Amino acid sequence: MKPAVLTGEHFITGDVACAEGALAAGCSFFAGYPITPATEIAEHIAGRLPEVGGVFIQMEDEIAAMAAVLGASCAGAKSMTATSGPGFSLMMENLGLGLVTQTPCVVVNVQRAGPSTGLPTLGAQSDMMQARWGSHGHYEIIALAPSSPQEMFFLTIAAFNLSETYRLPVLIMADEVTGHLSERVVIPDASKIKLQSRPRPKGRKDRFKPFQPGMNGVAPMAHAGDGYRVHVTGLTHDERGYPSMTAEAHVEMISRITDKIRRNLDRIIMLEEYRLDDADVALISYGISARSSLAAVDEARCKGIKAGLLRLVTVWPFPEEQIRRLASRLKGLITVELNLGQIHLEVERCSAGTAPAYLVGHPGGTVITPGDILRKIEEAAGVK
Amino acid sequence: MDRNSSAKSKLEILITGFGGQGIVLAGQVLGMAASLIDHKESTLTQSYGPEARGGACSAQVIIADSTIHFPYVRNPDILVCMSQAGYDKYARQLNQDSIVLYDQDMVRTPDISADCFPIPATRIAEELGRKMMANIVILGFVTAVTGAASVEAMIKSVCDSVPSGTEDANTAAFNKGYEFGMAVLKARRKKAAAAKGGES
Repeated sequence: MKPAVLTGEHFITGDVACAEGALAAGCSFFAGYPITPATEIAEHIAGRLPEVGGVFIQMEDEIAAMAAVLGASCAGAKSMTATSGPGFSLMMENLGLGLVTQTPCVVVNVQRAGPSTGLPTLGAQSDMMQARWGSHGHYEIIALAPSSPQEMFFLTIAAFNLSETYRLPVLIMADEVTGHLSERVVIPDASKIKLQSRPRPKGRKDRFKPFQPGMNGVAPMAHAGDGYRVHVTGLTHDERGYPSMTAEAHVEMISRITDKIRRNLDRIIMLEEYRLDDADVALISYGISARSSLAAVDEARCKGIKAGLLRLVTVWPFPEEQIRRLASRLKGLITVELNLGQIHLEVERCSAGTAPAYLVGHPGGTVITPGDILRKIEEAAGVK
Repeated sequence: MDRNSSAKSKLEILITGFGGQGIVLAGQVLGMAASLIDHKESTLTQSYGPEARGGACSAQVIIADSTIHFPYVRNPDILVCMSQAGYDKYARQLNQDSIVLYDQDMVRTPDISADCFPIPATRIAEELGRKMMANIVILGFVTAVTGAASVEAMIKSVCDSVPSGTEDANTAAFNKGYEFGMAVLKARRKKAAAAKGGES
């Protein structure tokens, strides 16, 4: 057996860093179907999982991959899959099953430009609303957006920890550029990596209700074979897990899967500020576009324009309060993303006319350049 | 004129050629040497897709003393060309201070104001018995002429990146390119000194 945590400095791509982050988080099961630009995650972890006693399965398609990931998690494994646009669409059905059965797992989407087959080898960030609402029904989701290989490593660990803590599938919404970018990735000593595990049932087996919320609103999870009652269904169910076809039962079930997120926003939402303290104009961005934004902030500052960046590390749940506060004190908010306005809609909703909301968007296939952003900063600041 | 670029706080390097010439590997070797061994910041972005398998292919490396935000080359300080298509595609991005290093048997560089450094890299690799080491020869040349990464870092990075069993052959290829580069620099200095002597 080889170590799961490859402590040291590496010059690797974001995709490889993601796979190593999964192993460092204790992932022992990966089911997937190769797809550009996420293939290298599957390729790398297919070699590594057997070295650490884990299992890799290439499934017949992404529908089955997502189902296998949920099954492995129900049996007690930390499990994951990785895909891109078309595969992400196929995973939507069973993503909903994971949400309603409160099954922890991690789903990585290394975004490419769509719709449909789109531009397989070129990046975009145009699945952001699909991440939020792509599966039918009402739910809350957690989605993280890494902007470097180092973050692909750490946010994969964070995604596993969040999925275990709150018992739900957690999405990593990466992009082709970050997935294929090579940079230094520092992997710390295994003892320095904090890992979380799902809450587990204690006490009398005959009184156990598999969906009765415990601390944090999260129900302890029994694994198949533990001896506790296990009932897994996509139908609306009560705390015992039994189907219950009433409006009252549905309200209660939806509350269970949404409250655990809504009540823990402070623990879930991760943001990074750059030169924002004295800023007049704020960029709001994530993933690779946040890196273009960082360069644009520096270039604007050189010209004497007070620009800053709020980087969304957690994109969902959306940081509504933080955007409201920014809108109340700034001249303008500029969302920078590789789509034609998805997170921009959320920024508009939260700023609600308090500050003008601008968009620097592109449908994908390239990256947004610092120059594109700088022009919009000048417009928002009233320089030109 | 001092061509050693290691003093510059940020270097943008574009390596171009055909898919299959080891262009991406060359970028990987250079980026890894700068990042892990010279302890600078570096990023590598690369061609991905059908062009990486026969068509025009590129690797973009940025090496800097501080954090690199935008990981794409906007104004190449150094353009390395292993094919004519790679040169034709990127020559227009060159500026007055750019330098071009190219395989002289593969690339013509007409009407160019940038400083040019030719090397018969593929021929040298063939003489060493392996044409596919031309990318390592040109890395040695780049190291000598530009100082983008240290020699020690580059040799270690080459050895860590090539198939095991080929380390010695690749180190020899690197050294050939490096010596060729040092000889070119020496000849230039001599010429410059002679010109200066002629003036006075």
